[in-house]
Amino acid sequence: MSEFTEDQLQRYSRHIILPEVGGKGQKKLLNAKVFIIGAGGLGCPVGYYLAAAGVGTIAMIDNDEVELSNLQRQIAHSVKTLGKPKVESAKNTFESLNPDVNVIALKQRISKNNIMEFIKDYDIVVDGSDNFPTRYLVNDACVMAGKPLVSGAILRFEGQVTTIIPGDGHCYRCLFEEMPPAGLVPSCQEAGVLGVLPGVVGGLQATEVLKLILGKGDVLKNELLIYNALKTTFRKVKVPKNPDCPVCGKNPTITELLDYDAEYCTMR
Amino acid sequence: MEEDIKPDKKINIKGLICPYTFVKAKLAIEDMEVGEALEILLDYEEASRSIPKSMEDHGQKVLKVEKINDTDWVLVIRKEKE
Repeated sequence: MSEFTEDQLQRYSRHIILPEVGGKGQKKLLNAKVFIIGAGGLGCPVGYYLAAAGVGTIAMIDNDEVELSNLQRQIAHSVKTLGKPKVESAKNTFESLNPDVNVIALKQRISKNNIMEFIKDYDIVVDGSDNFPTRYLVNDACVMAGKPLVSGAILRFEGQVTTIIPGDGHCYRCLFEEMPPAGLVPSCQEAGVLGVLPGVVGGLQATEVLKLILGKGDVLKNELLIYNALKTTFRKVKVPKNPDCPVCGKNPTITELLDYDAEYCTMR
Repeated sequence: MEEDIKPDKKINIKGLICPYTFVKAKLAIEDMEVGEALEILLDYEEASRSIPKSMEDHGQKVLKVEKINDTDWVLVIRKEKE
């Protein structure tokens, strides 16, 4: 393990002295590749903490530019990066925090045409997207590609986290088989969010990712964690794998990626 | 305490303070095989107590803790588990 530099010994010392991490675990983190969907409220803290932890390769995909209204919660961006692509802004922030980390900035929209090619070289996918079409696209792609997925969602004062291990645990469609009709989904105009909420939820997602890489502890497999910031409550709901799930069940009806309707307004 | 253990590996961490004393000792142990013994030479007094305690907490066996002169200690730790 002496191949750590002196800087790395100092930077990661609080990891290395943990029995569950150690030098070997830190090496796993440095060799890990994580793909993050979205460089917004969730993607920022997830990427920030994974970069701090020394996760060696972090890709982020997002097609938006930084706006002033983002800065209430999207902590990787700043007034200096207003108008710039979010992924570039985040890349600069993460690489300034930790030069060990290679951040791959993808300024484009994730779609059924590019997702399989993007995720194939990564160990874990993180969903920090803000809309249902993307959430279902990412779920279905990860199930088909067999990639572990740490999914997070936030709205107003409530957040959800779940970890999908294809072939082993549940998937997002076991939980909610179909996308809700557009009228039932709160649009950005209706939906505020407490600025710190994505920090909590993104922190939980980053923790799930680190445990998956290290192979330690328990993840939210077959479970959905619901955090209520107003009440300060955490609630775990069991989500059994559905044998009749259209994408991960015994006889799946969804065997290739669909035309995920993108008519929902994107939250900024 | 067992005496006259022949260490399989020796490290000199004189000049280092906590937690880097333990960081170096732990990384050395991780690279060794179960059953092998590590000798640690150090001059930071607190580490002469904290390294043995931490090693035991991690499931390793402390074979020797000895002050060898005014400034230095020698520890011998046997790796008991990965």
